[in-house]
Amino acid sequence: MKVLVPVKRVIDYNVKARVKADQTGVDLANVKMSMNPFCEIAVEEAVRLKEKGVATEVVSVSIGPIQAQETLRTSLAMGADRAILVQTDLDLEPLAIAKVLKAIIAEENPDLVLMGKQAIDGDNNATGQMLATLLDWPQATFASELTVEGGKAKVTREVDGGLQTLEVNLPAVVTADLRLNEPRYASLPNIMKAKKKPLDIKELGSLGVDAAPRLKVVKVTEPPKRTAGIKVETAADLVTNLKTAGVL
Amino acid sequence: MAVLVIADHDNATLKDNTHKTVTAALAIGGDVDILVAGTGTAAIAAAAAKIGGVRKVLTAESAELGQGIAEAVGDLIVGLMGGYDAVLIPATSQGKNFSPRVAAKLDVAQISEVIEVVSADTFVRPIYAGNALETVQSADSKKVLTVRPTAFAAAAEGGSAKVESVPAPGAPAKVHFIDQKIVKSARPDLGAAKIVVSGGRAMGSAEEFQKVIEPLADKLGAAVGASRAAVDAGYAPNDYQVGQTGKVVAPELYIAIGISGAIQHLAGMKDSKIIVAINKDGDAPIFQVADFGLVADYKGAVPELMSALAAAGV
Repeated sequence: MKVLVPVKRVIDYNVKARVKADQTGVDLANVKMSMNPFCEIAVEEAVRLKEKGVATEVVSVSIGPIQAQETLRTSLAMGADRAILVQTDLDLEPLAIAKVLKAIIAEENPDLVLMGKQAIDGDNNATGQMLATLLDWPQATFASELTVEGGKAKVTREVDGGLQTLEVNLPAVVTADLRLNEPRYASLPNIMKAKKKPLDIKELGSLGVDAAPRLKVVKVTEPPKRTAGIKVETAADLVTNLKTAGVL
Repeated sequence: MAVLVIADHDNATLKDNTHKTVTAALAIGGDVDILVAGTGTAAIAAAAAKIGGVRKVLTAESAELGQGIAEAVGDLIVGLMGGYDAVLIPATSQGKNFSPRVAAKLDVAQISEVIEVVSADTFVRPIYAGNALETVQSADSKKVLTVRPTAFAAAAEGGSAKVESVPAPGAPAKVHFIDQKIVKSARPDLGAAKIVVSGGRAMGSAEEFQKVIEPLADKLGAAVGASRAAVDAGYAPNDYQVGQTGKVVAPELYIAIGISGAIQHLAGMKDSKIIVAINKDGDAPIFQVADFGLVADYKGAVPELMSALAAAGV
């Protein structure tokens, strides 16, 4: 069974995003970039499927600038077998990303697409569902548990108020939630080995996909700032203040 | 102009998120209809029909719709979109599951987690965990939006819309529902509660979390939340998580106990009206957003707070 794992290069989880003064976007110059945390979870799950003998090959794919090679190398160091970069300097919307992935999937024919439920930059939470729709494959989003057996995937999903379990026929798209697993750190020997694994670079233009933006970004602004209030000395002071504020 | 709002409900009662999403729909303008998809839709539709400003309520009933199977809900909405210029879906985990399917089928962008309607084609949404707000203008012929309910006031009651049923799509062939474990709680819903009491990693265990956080929540009639660290450590169930990837809440009063205030947590609660932080580390980032901070170990502070509340007649 072949597993395809789309991964995205984003601002590091621990870095606070700062809005550019000209309101055109978020300043990413000289900012630490990493693999999107949910993508890391998806890579980990795919590698575990391979270690269990369920998957035979794990292919990671990223759509982005040439520096996204680093993100793909991270996935290779975690245990993916090979990687594909669809190179573009455009900032593609989820629908365009889903179309590009569909084109890659037509070439790669995976049995399972495992991907993060959302990227922590755009916070859209849309690409996996869109991809499943375009492929007419079943979807199981927000997975906290995954087992693959007999051409089916059993997925426990985090839903409002609890957990839901679905069984989907393969091929399918599964999106990872936080608690699916804890991703490993790549070891130094594996980082070295990853440098020799195949990484194929394709130009976005070569795929013949309509990747034009549908949305015009009018502006990007800072959210209203919350300022620190006061420190109270005792719990009784706290209750007095909350009464005065009218929330008790 | 006609706008379709997808009702949020649990196959028994209509949730307030629907009223809030209707407010966003009314800001776009035109006729506003509500779709109730699921089981037990008659009672839910009757409640939805009372929301002011609503033209009509559509109902569709099937087991798959009741289970929230994304393929079924998505197909149903796509089939109705011939009559609508926009569909607004509450940004719950249920809504986020099927909304991108509608956008993909219509070949349009999804505009996620809208917090402000600027005009019929221009919307504001948070990105980067709420550290930036993006204003986007859509050129698509039909708009697919998920709406962050906490950003909108609930539409008032006072309507008397007519209710019509529409056919449910067939069962999706490639997805099978196995089971669902929903925790029943007497406490208010986390997303809709007026007061939220949240605990963090400082609790140290699930037992301690229950012993400290839950009695305080019950005293205040509050919902219980948790930081990601507390959920990851198994102190609280996953659906308690408040943050960028968990629930976004904006209650009147948010009490954070033993929570340091990671960016991802702040993203989920910084729009609360009043924020209280109790943490023994006076330098914890949570104090930078708290209206009232109490630098103290929760072990002493929470029992004192319970007594002070009792003394104040709360």
